[in-house]
Amino acid sequence: MAIIDHEAELEKAGANVTGRFSSLMYFIRSYPLGAIGALIVLVFVLTAVFADFITAFDPTTTDSTASLAKPGGVHPLGADFMGRDMWSRIVYGARISLIVGIGSAALGSFFGVIIGLATGYIGGWFDLIMQRVIDIMQALPLLVMALLMAAALGPSLINTVIAISIPLIPQTARVIRANTLALREMPFIEASKAVGMSEWRIAVQHILPNTLAPLIVLGTAKLGSAILTEASLSFLGLGIPEPHPSWGRMLSESAAEYMRTAPWLVIFPGIAISLVVFGTNLLGDALRDILDPRQRA
Amino acid sequence: MSDVTETSDNTVAASNTSATDKPPVLEVVDLKKHFPVKKGIFQTTVGQVFAVDGVSFTINEGETLGLVGESGCGKSTVGRALMRLIEPTSGTIKLDGRDVTNLSKRELRPFRREMQIIFQDPFSSLDPRMTAGKIVGEPLSVHGIGDSRDERREMVAELFERVGLRKGQMDNFPHQFSGGQRQRIGIARALALNPKLIVGDEPVSALDVSIQAQVINLLLDLQAERQLSYLFISHNLAVVEHISHKIAVMYLGRIVEYASKEAIFRSPKHPYTKALLSAVPVPDPTLKRDKLVLQGDVPSPVNPPKGCHFHTRCPFAEDICRKDSPPLREITPGQLAACHFAEA
Repeated sequence: MAIIDHEAELEKAGANVTGRFSSLMYFIRSYPLGAIGALIVLVFVLTAVFADFITAFDPTTTDSTASLAKPGGVHPLGADFMGRDMWSRIVYGARISLIVGIGSAALGSFFGVIIGLATGYIGGWFDLIMQRVIDIMQALPLLVMALLMAAALGPSLINTVIAISIPLIPQTARVIRANTLALREMPFIEASKAVGMSEWRIAVQHILPNTLAPLIVLGTAKLGSAILTEASLSFLGLGIPEPHPSWGRMLSESAAEYMRTAPWLVIFPGIAISLVVFGTNLLGDALRDILDPRQRA
Repeated sequence: MSDVTETSDNTVAASNTSATDKPPVLEVVDLKKHFPVKKGIFQTTVGQVFAVDGVSFTINEGETLGLVGESGCGKSTVGRALMRLIEPTSGTIKLDGRDVTNLSKRELRPFRREMQIIFQDPFSSLDPRMTAGKIVGEPLSVHGIGDSRDERREMVAELFERVGLRKGQMDNFPHQFSGGQRQRIGIARALALNPKLIVGDEPVSALDVSIQAQVINLLLDLQAERQLSYLFISHNLAVVEHISHKIAVMYLGRIVEYASKEAIFRSPKHPYTKALLSAVPVPDPTLKRDKLVLQGDVPSPVNPPKGCHFHTRCPFAEDICRKDSPPLREITPGQLAACHFAEA
């Protein structure tokens, strides 16, 4: 006969989750993958913020004696052709990636949400016209669109963020619109109308919070894909201009020439990109579950 | 669709039920709601759904009108048109003697405090992302009742206790409540503005029978306490008999019989009412009754039958029923039926 350990069962169900530490432990136990994702993102953010303190070299200073130095010694991850320290470049690259990722995901989501809510809620002709505009935006492949934007706006950090965010708008708008369409027919929306709540307030207080779960997942997925797009753009020479360290350009500069002779120039930026994208996706999945009150006991 | 004589007859009927000097809480005259049927890329209107086709009734203070009918007969549409959740095609809605039919959204807002609605589905009628306390407090904050957040919270707590929920449950989310409790939250929300009239759109249909009784008793207590008027929409005659003072029977967008509860249950005049009543299960297996069982289905409201809407299923139908639409006329004092052959 199985003996039920009440203490253990209660603990598993989160009955003793009271303090901040125990709720953190509960989170880790309930969402181990999410915790890994959160850890990766945390490390990534801390790296970006404290870049100045954890690097010995300036990421843009060249040193001909260290050209193509192997990993180890003063250059733990080696150095590139111009003798720039790879560790410094990857750490500072995190800062660029963070700005690009968060900036463009936030910008794209912001406009996507506004367009999605407006088209879904107002409907009619406005919806019809906006949907066709979005169709046109979506017909162009994301990268081509970003390329076009980057070429038109010229390479700079801000322009890269704008260029990457624009292709993100239609996808967010579509998801939010679909959600809004389903939600606006719900009786709880009618109840708010019956009370005399304004349409605007209903959209912000009832519809928006109920689209939060897909928005969070979408946003974090976009964070990862924005970093990837930036890498691709920089790879093609249209992203962040020299001398800013960008993971994508670090890859592109070395991939063709040094893949065999100095593979660390390719491997480390590659690992950095993969890890961050992986981390944001894991975190996004866990956040969706946590933010849904139905999942909370 | 309805001709002039029917309209005027209904108006007479509406006015003679309000004998007191006070205007009735709700007076509905010849309410119609037609939904256009659209087709093709240009969304041209190819037909009309006659969901509600000339409905008139009055509800006095502290009175319950039960609106019964099969699904699809337009009874929910009546409730939602009253609340102006959908715009009525024509007709008049008077709240406390004041015409609210054509008021703009802004003008209508003060009147929203007078009438509220309880929905059928206790699950989708509460925002899953809001706490129960916030849901009940929302009408208060929309209308700026209560000076501070704390004061509103206090009022919400009182409402919670009034409908039989604990104060401590205010911070819970809807999914943490049972169906009956959720319906109590819905009732508390409707009560928050202290309305005179509550439209109950099948408020107990989704609940277990034992819970139905609790919720109905709560509604009856509240009525006695606050002189509330109810428009109680239901397809369950047993429930309607328990709660209503007057009953209106709807068939395909029109009221076919309108009388006091006693009159309807003792001596129904319209064959449809008779059929409905004989379909009510009686908990006595030995009882033999004359059953009036209807054949066929309700015709489509897109293309309702000419003449009396009921003639396609009426066992007593004759030629006149296929030609002329019977007006709602007084058969016995206070009892109206829309049938050519109804007799006292």
